[in-house]
Amino acid sequence: MNYEVVIGLEVHVELATASKIFCGCTTAFGGAPNTHCCPVCTGMPGTLPVLNRKVVEFTIAAGLATDCNITRNCKFDRKNYFYPDLPKAYQVSQLYFPICRDGDVEIETDGVKKKVHIHEIHMEEDAGKLIHDPWEDTTLVDYNRCGVPLIEIVSDPDMRSANEVMAYLQALKARLEYLGVSDCKMQEGSMRADINLSVRPMGATELGTRTEMKNMNSFKAIGRAIEFEAKRQIELLEDSKKVTQQTRRWDDNKGVSMAMRSKENAQDYRYFPEPDLTPIYISQEWIDEILAAQPEMPKAKRARYISELGLPEYDTDIITGSKHLADLFEKTTVLTGQPKEVSNWIMGEMMKLLNENEKQPEDIDFSPENFAKLIQLVEKGTINRNTAKKVFAEVFLQNINPEQYVKDKGLQMISDEGAVRSTIEKVLADNPQSVSDFQAGKQKAFGFLVGQAMKELRGKADPAMINALIKELLQ
Amino acid sequence: MNLRDLTALQLAQKLQKREVGVVEVTADLLGAIKGAKNLNIAVTVCEKEALAQAEQVQKRLDAGEIHSPLAGVPMAVKDNICTRDINTTCGSKMLENFKPPYNATVMNKLCEADTILCAKMNMDEFAMGSTTETSYFGQVKNPWNTNHVPGGSSGGSAATVAARAAYFTLGSDTGGSIRQPASFCGVTGIKPTYGRVSRYGLIAYASSLDQIGPIARTAEDAAAVLDIISGYDRADSTSLNQPAGGFLAALKGDIKGLKVGIPREYFAQGLDEEVKASVLAAAKQLESMGAQVEEFSLPMTKYAIPTYYIIASAEASSNLSRYDGIKYGYRHEKPEDLIDLYLKSRSEGFGREVKRRIMLGAFALSSGYYDAYYKKALQAKALIKKAFDDAFEKYDIILSPTAPTAALKLGESLDDPLKMYLGDIYTVSVNLAGLPALVAPCGFTQSGLPIGVQLIGKPLEEAALLNTAHAYQQATDFHKKAPLSVEVMK
Repeated sequence: MNYEVVIGLEVHVELATASKIFCGCTTAFGGAPNTHCCPVCTGMPGTLPVLNRKVVEFTIAAGLATDCNITRNCKFDRKNYFYPDLPKAYQVSQLYFPICRDGDVEIETDGVKKKVHIHEIHMEEDAGKLIHDPWEDTTLVDYNRCGVPLIEIVSDPDMRSANEVMAYLQALKARLEYLGVSDCKMQEGSMRADINLSVRPMGATELGTRTEMKNMNSFKAIGRAIEFEAKRQIELLEDSKKVTQQTRRWDDNKGVSMAMRSKENAQDYRYFPEPDLTPIYISQEWIDEILAAQPEMPKAKRARYISELGLPEYDTDIITGSKHLADLFEKTTVLTGQPKEVSNWIMGEMMKLLNENEKQPEDIDFSPENFAKLIQLVEKGTINRNTAKKVFAEVFLQNINPEQYVKDKGLQMISDEGAVRSTIEKVLADNPQSVSDFQAGKQKAFGFLVGQAMKELRGKADPAMINALIKELLQ
Repeated sequence: MNLRDLTALQLAQKLQKREVGVVEVTADLLGAIKGAKNLNIAVTVCEKEALAQAEQVQKRLDAGEIHSPLAGVPMAVKDNICTRDINTTCGSKMLENFKPPYNATVMNKLCEADTILCAKMNMDEFAMGSTTETSYFGQVKNPWNTNHVPGGSSGGSAATVAARAAYFTLGSDTGGSIRQPASFCGVTGIKPTYGRVSRYGLIAYASSLDQIGPIARTAEDAAAVLDIISGYDRADSTSLNQPAGGFLAALKGDIKGLKVGIPREYFAQGLDEEVKASVLAAAKQLESMGAQVEEFSLPMTKYAIPTYYIIASAEASSNLSRYDGIKYGYRHEKPEDLIDLYLKSRSEGFGREVKRRIMLGAFALSSGYYDAYYKKALQAKALIKKAFDDAFEKYDIILSPTAPTAALKLGESLDDPLKMYLGDIYTVSVNLAGLPALVAPCGFTQSGLPIGVQLIGKPLEEAALLNTAHAYQQATDFHKKAPLSVEVMK
């Protein structure tokens, strides 16, 4: 039998506010344990939360970018549960009146477009972190992350494959990065996705029993976890067994997921309205202000790149798919005035290097200035394309200044025709066999001679000049 | 004349005129607190800090730097108000050794007003109780008769003022915890409008109902204290951004034309005859001073107690979850695992009444019961508020008893929680509606226990309550009486 995989996502995103959601502590990642906290975010008796206005603004911006309705009167609720990383033993979150509802994100896979419906986006506070010390056999708590603002983006079960999930996550990530509301780094946990997955016989209309999977910290892991879970559930059904509703934890090292808790053991969170915070009223003026301040989003950029800059559609999709790539592209284009050339470098050499180094676009840390200088060196003919690729790798890896680098390493092309000519004369003298082969009509020998000359010139000559000179000298 | 017979404002006058010294009166008060050991009013006496502060204030008084109306006046606060580096126990074993690294906003304000903190007063554990018998640090006794309770949960704060061991104190009121002990101890107390006084640093019992307020000998003193502690606070999102203060200046002593409503339902079955007579006599007194007094019906009264106990317990069950043995407070030392650590720390750290309300609240919030209990209670709360709004269309003030009886005997209600809960019938509605209410002494039972009258006001109209009580106190002397035990101590 054929099965259909049905997937919905709960995506947690850390907002890039400078301070926490309910106090003035910094949200900076890292820091010595328990140095980024205060009586409020560690839930000391008698302390009270004060909402960070920026959190609301960022969430509204995210909601608008995903075509959500903004809840004009929204409220916070308490989610009660005991865990040592949660100092108040409740998380301030939103259940009854989430700030954004009913949105859509358009995705495209294999040329097919579809919409993933956003059920809601709500604001909440992050918890701390437990650190297990195996030597002492103790557990320590670090409250630095407590109170870092999060939004949870809940989709409907609209996705049917790992590819669609990737496309959806990329689309979300791009929007949030463009808005500057989050840096969306999966490795640092500033973007995390829980996967709700079920399977059903192809054509069935009712949903199967779903499981929820946690603890994937890369796109790759998400893809693997989906494949694993879909296969596991299909095998159960094929064996006439039932899927149990449960929460599962993905182990990326072992490539398997394990059951954490089943529905019967599900916690009762005893949600109720947070009495320490007043309802938030969001006026149309406020929404308009946020809309007006929004940067150009991917859709608008795509249209502009194609019509104004004449970029191919495929390149445009890739570049606008990440704010980091789009920023790099635009800044470098301003410096060089050569959009196509910049796009070619990004699509070719840079993508290759990202893959080789297993990096994401957000890991790019070289400057558009150095990138632009490289392009200008090629344009001016100071270096040839082969040399330029090597220099670009250095820019990519170490953000070197290409002008300085080319000068220091002596990589400028030899423009002195006399020097090139004498090198070629020497090559011809050293390879009489090849010379006579060529004269006997063997084209292959010509290529060999060009190669030898380029080698002697350590790649620093214009290939066209070498070609012309060899032909001239042999005739 | 004995210094301790002075009101806070009278003492402040003498201090300003250098007729007495701040250190002298502070030392005297510390002596009074320690001397009242049999009443068990204080959990912590901060003698060193108080004397040091007194010296500072005296210097600044001498330099002519301060003129605040209560500068140099020694006071004490309920032990659920956070005081920096001074134990704040909430009357619980759970917080027996808890020293907050911060002050409650009211403490900063009292400090800026140059008053002197002398002690942290005993209370029902986590403010849950109406007798101050649930404290881990032992029961407080009523200064008027030590076989009786002082009321609660601010029993320590009220008894201290009655025993002339502080010129004023702060209490907190979630369902009557300032007003009922003020009534039982024959002192004046006011629960301000919800949001009038910052709750930052008040250890939460029920966040949507809690409010800090003064307990004093006179309405005038209470007004002076409220001037200091009220006002908007950025650190408390529920505090009201409204002009505050000016309460003392607004005391005119004239109540001609004041419209006073008496809710029939508050004088029905269950009200002690002596209490009823005293309270109605107070209404007559106001009438004789020019007020228009009228009976009316206040619907929803019978729903107040269940509504209150569901909402307060639900919030408490969440607010008290943080006491889990992990970060601060009591921890069971040899747990088997994490769950065991939670279970044993909380079982051993909390007393019976607290555990009862946590269970009640957790139940009311559990899935499947939320709609039937908590949500219903919120709806009832809105209707109770509406009933008051309607009444205030006609009346400026509502006058009622504070509790069905005068102070109960020690131990009488400890084993009958329901009886204790029902004693809150006249006070809890005020918290549910977020209204201000004041209690002032209005008589004594034949056995010599004080009786207090409750005045309920419109939102933000504390001034009307204080002015009425002030006028009443100009014409009567119930508030001037001191318990016999105090007479003996002198």
